[in-house]
Amino acid sequence: MAMISQLFVLSQRGDNIVFRDYRGEVQKGSAEIFFRKVKFWKDDGDGDAPPAFVGIFNVDGVNYFHVRVSGLLFVATTRVNVSPSLVLELLQRIARVIKDYLGVLNEDSLRKNFVLVYELLDEVIDFGYVQTTSTEVLKSYVFNEPILVDVAHVPSLGPAAIFMQGNKRMPGTAITKSVIANEPGGRRREEIFVDVIEKISVTFSASGYILTFEIDGTIQMKSYLTGNPEIRLALNDDLNIGRRGRSIYDYSSSYGSGAVILDDCNFHESVHLDSFDIDRTLTLVPSDGEFSVMSYRMTQEFKPPFRINALLEAAGSLKAEVILKIRADFSPSVTANSILVQMPVPIYTTRVSFELEPGTVGNTTDFKESSKRLEWGLKKIVGGSEHTLRAKLTFAQEPHGNIAKEAGPVSMTFTIPMFNASGLKVKYLQIAKKSNTYNPYRWVRYVTQANSYVARL
Amino acid sequence: MAPPAQSQRSPSPSQPSGKSEVSDLKLQLRQLAGSRAPGVDDSKRELFKKVISYMTVGIDVSSLFGEMVMCSATSDIVLKKMCYLYVGNYAKVNPDLALLTINFLQRDCNDEDPMIRGLALRSLCSLRVANFVEYLVGPLGSGLKDSNSYVRMVAVIGVLKLYHISASTCVDADFPSILKHLMLNDSDTQVVANCLSALQEIWSAEASTSEEASREREALISKPVIYYLLNREFSEWAQCLVLELVTKYVPSDSSEIFDIMNLLEDRLQHANGAVVLATIKVFLHLTLSMTDVHQQVYERIKAPLLTLVSSGSPEQSYAVLSHLHLLVMRAPYIFSSDYKHFYCQYNEPSYVKRLKLEMLTAVANESNTYEIVTELCEYAANVDIPIARESIRAVGKIALQQYDVNAIVDRLLQFLEMEKDYVTAEALVLVKDLLRKYPQWSHDCIAVVGNISSKNVQEPKAKAALIWMLGEYSQDMQDAPYILESLVENWDEEHSAEVRLHLLTAVMKCFFKRPPETQNALGTALAAGIADFHQDVHDRALFYYRILQYNVSVAERVVNPPKQAVSVFADTQSSEIKDRIFDEFNSLSVVYQKPSYMFTDKEHRGPFEFSDELGNLSIGGEAADNVVSAQRVEENDKDLLLTTSEKEETRGSSNNGSAYTAPYDGSSTSVFALQTHIESAISNPTAADHSPQASLAIDDLLGLGLPAAPAPPSPQLKLNTTAALDPSTFQHKWRQLPVALSQEYSVSPQGVAALTAPQALLRHMQSHSIHCIASGGQSPNFKFFFFAQKAEEASNYLVECIISTSSAKAQIKIKADDQSTSQAFSTLFQSALSKFGIP
Repeated sequence: MAMISQLFVLSQRGDNIVFRDYRGEVQKGSAEIFFRKVKFWKDDGDGDAPPAFVGIFNVDGVNYFHVRVSGLLFVATTRVNVSPSLVLELLQRIARVIKDYLGVLNEDSLRKNFVLVYELLDEVIDFGYVQTTSTEVLKSYVFNEPILVDVAHVPSLGPAAIFMQGNKRMPGTAITKSVIANEPGGRRREEIFVDVIEKISVTFSASGYILTFEIDGTIQMKSYLTGNPEIRLALNDDLNIGRRGRSIYDYSSSYGSGAVILDDCNFHESVHLDSFDIDRTLTLVPSDGEFSVMSYRMTQEFKPPFRINALLEAAGSLKAEVILKIRADFSPSVTANSILVQMPVPIYTTRVSFELEPGTVGNTTDFKESSKRLEWGLKKIVGGSEHTLRAKLTFAQEPHGNIAKEAGPVSMTFTIPMFNASGLKVKYLQIAKKSNTYNPYRWVRYVTQANSYVARL
Repeated sequence: MAPPAQSQRSPSPSQPSGKSEVSDLKLQLRQLAGSRAPGVDDSKRELFKKVISYMTVGIDVSSLFGEMVMCSATSDIVLKKMCYLYVGNYAKVNPDLALLTINFLQRDCNDEDPMIRGLALRSLCSLRVANFVEYLVGPLGSGLKDSNSYVRMVAVIGVLKLYHISASTCVDADFPSILKHLMLNDSDTQVVANCLSALQEIWSAEASTSEEASREREALISKPVIYYLLNREFSEWAQCLVLELVTKYVPSDSSEIFDIMNLLEDRLQHANGAVVLATIKVFLHLTLSMTDVHQQVYERIKAPLLTLVSSGSPEQSYAVLSHLHLLVMRAPYIFSSDYKHFYCQYNEPSYVKRLKLEMLTAVANESNTYEIVTELCEYAANVDIPIARESIRAVGKIALQQYDVNAIVDRLLQFLEMEKDYVTAEALVLVKDLLRKYPQWSHDCIAVVGNISSKNVQEPKAKAALIWMLGEYSQDMQDAPYILESLVENWDEEHSAEVRLHLLTAVMKCFFKRPPETQNALGTALAAGIADFHQDVHDRALFYYRILQYNVSVAERVVNPPKQAVSVFADTQSSEIKDRIFDEFNSLSVVYQKPSYMFTDKEHRGPFEFSDELGNLSIGGEAADNVVSAQRVEENDKDLLLTTSEKEETRGSSNNGSAYTAPYDGSSTSVFALQTHIESAISNPTAADHSPQASLAIDDLLGLGLPAAPAPPSPQLKLNTTAALDPSTFQHKWRQLPVALSQEYSVSPQGVAALTAPQALLRHMQSHSIHCIASGGQSPNFKFFFFAQKAEEASNYLVECIISTSSAKAQIKIKADDQSTSQAFSTLFQSALSKFGIP
């Protein structure tokens, strides 16, 4: 029973961009009620309690769901006790469908194309019941031509957007192509993108041990192939799924064997796994638009791309010194970018002076007074290199006890293009040929990002 | 035509009303209405767009209705669609003008393009004007027979829209039975899915008044329908719909359960989290009464749930995490080796961390406590203070769960030495709780607590805790009387009534142990207390004063009796509430941590939702005692997989300590290998690991009707006069059992006269050994739920009874564990009812 009462998209400022009422059972003003609640959430209730979850809430018997995509709020309301996963998944899917059609999803493109968006919303949901979210199926119902917005000024969005920065090999505009708009030349370029995106979480103990680690990965696909050819996507031969009977955190079990062992994974419904058990090949007919072919989770031991060493020592009664060391444990042919290292310092810290190694370029250092945090930004880190930052802290009061307990943990964010820590590889991407001259462009890309990358003091 | 310059700026709600723009548009639309000039459609499109954008931001453009309709005579489908959208929005407030649209919509319903037929039909049904229903029946009828599946899809939902405008028109046109036929025969699965949605809504609404509709609704969860739906290939969204229906289905035996689970096994690897959760719900509900398999299901669903938690948007991830949380709290020991998954990441939002802390607390056991507590202590120094507090509380809770108290007490005492105000405050509260449970630790704790200056403790809860300890252990704390005295002296500065109440009691306790040192403080405290403006403080002080006057040793027995250590601190949520939330798995109830009756109106709870009278009953059960017996806690640890109410049934029996015996194959080709093992356990009630009582309970819940001891059908049915059944068990059974009998009786005139309030009938029926579990309603309509038990065995009869005093009729539905005797029971029930009101 999924009965959506209304669906609307609000701008960051709370303006309705599209508003569709499917069942007429929620009173007027729901968008305002929603926006007020979301915007002023923190003033609600007593200030001591941690902020509550705002993705779903109930006001006067109406349940409000929302997801934030590209700075827009996609909201659904219902009076029924629905499955929250269903509604949130639906909102996410609607955002994706709209992006498939508009090429770029942002306030500007949505405002320019709101009639097309209404066309989509009318077919996606009827009287509150989901009909279809397939970009492909919806094509036959949509008659408006998208008005494309200029991509150059658009901030990059979505997971695949990370390819646009600092990696010139990829045609950045490709991911902002609409599935229905024609290219200026009138012909569409036949191409397909396969992105392997991994998010790493690692916690190092104070002594440098790895306490926890996890890779959450997804193989994202976006196809611009006409005629729906069948595709074969071959993964590593030594890929294994599930570690039956073993503790999930059994670090030694597979180390050194070279095999990639995933804890678990799930697949898009178009994926056929008939030959997966034999040759680790996924067969599918990709539908139009962007979708995730496979999501996976891995807690097998892997080599963390960065080692963090952090030291905080008292140096006199009102002074202390911090030494942060970052070592890039990956091949010199790979370069990480947008690195940010942060470390909370004791709250009575008043002044910080930084000292970088001589000859470093592209580094920024900052002491955030209000949040009492050190920030160290590095534009690039080449594999194999090591970087050190020293900082002298001045305190307003004499610390009692162990100052290391009052600071940290050190956290780090980064992006590493053309690198993945899990070892999962796309061996080949085969497209069923329609003719001898048919040779579409194929892009297989890898990227690794930090999710929660933390070292304790 | 170029759009006027002024309207080029983007519309925003800050615009007062857009009145001048609207009249401008009106003018332009008029000009275009009759025009056949080339390019007129493009101009119209621009204008229509503007109208729709005004409509979106909330400017009232209903005054353009006439012009919009005039402009809609076009073959341009984009224009048509915009016009339909507009008309759908404003027809309700403009019924007269809306009549103008009927014509062209009806014409479009016969267009040769199926796309146009579908669109027109959808718009026609969306007008929501009651007077128009006569125009809907024809197009809907042909739409349902249309050769194009898109049109049929639209028509099916159209029937539902019609039902909401005029239920009688919809039912009279026999649309529900056409939908039923389509559902079972249409080649397009989205048509089938829409039929199912529509029929669920229609029949649920009709069921309260129509016996037939309620039968039809039951038929949706009958074996043939369920199997038919399970074997068709639906879209991911429709799958969710079907899976939700399957959870209501009661399979006849365990092989059926395994068949369904094997069929659905691959859905656990679906990329759509909604499908995975719906599948999990089916698995959990199907195996509810098969403890071992149920446990395997938990093992099986762990990995997919964890994967969903770490993929998808933060919102989706939280929704799944809430479900994982529910399962962890229900069966913590199954997740005890997965504790590292519940570690908090520094960048997670607090609401996620909070759930994770609760899970970490729950899964702590002998083998992982050390690591969990070490991790929690890391969080205690966290910059996020609310989470730091929660972490300290979590350490305390783990200590109270009795694992390795020794080490944990040390950690708590270290917290006290950290000299952070909030850490000290939380730790004090914990040390107090700890001492209530483990008085033997008083020596170590008191030594540390004694060093804390009461001036550094500001938070009322912490201050109250400190004062409690000062009173309770005043004989061991050298300074206790003097610290209390200084606190009493600052009575007026103490703003918290809670603290002042504790202070009164603590001074009393101290007085009994060290009278000479405390006498002074006591006098001051009592005087201040009696003069206190807070009612409770005043009353307590006065009471202490009088009881001391009466007899000091009596006062001591009252104020400071010897205490028993508290064995366990009660949960905030009652077990009934928890069971209900579990029943509503994969719904908002799990995210809100409340059963649906607490946040949803009655009519929106879903078609198979249980009556809310019973829900209200469980609210009453919430006010449980603050302390539960130790025995029950130990039981809890062992059979956590049963619902909480079932636990009570099996409490007396020996526990089957069996862990899962066969390795469960987690791969995609798995087979529920334990089938035979389970079957033998069920069919052999005297098997070693089940006491007869326990297996009987399992039989009942399965609804298998396994004749454990085929007693000869006794002609004379005897009922147990002291039958007892708790509301949650009742609900559970009511949902599981099929209706055995459904009848209508006449109520005697005397009976009608006597039934002024529901209570009158309750007493009467009780005298016939038929007990009421819930009742409600007002004259002339009353609704009751009764139950009765056979005298010689634990076989229940459940009755829903609706009495209308205006028609002097009683409609009853009987469900029975033993169906063969339901007729006999019905006779008994009828005879009891017929005697009502006759002296």
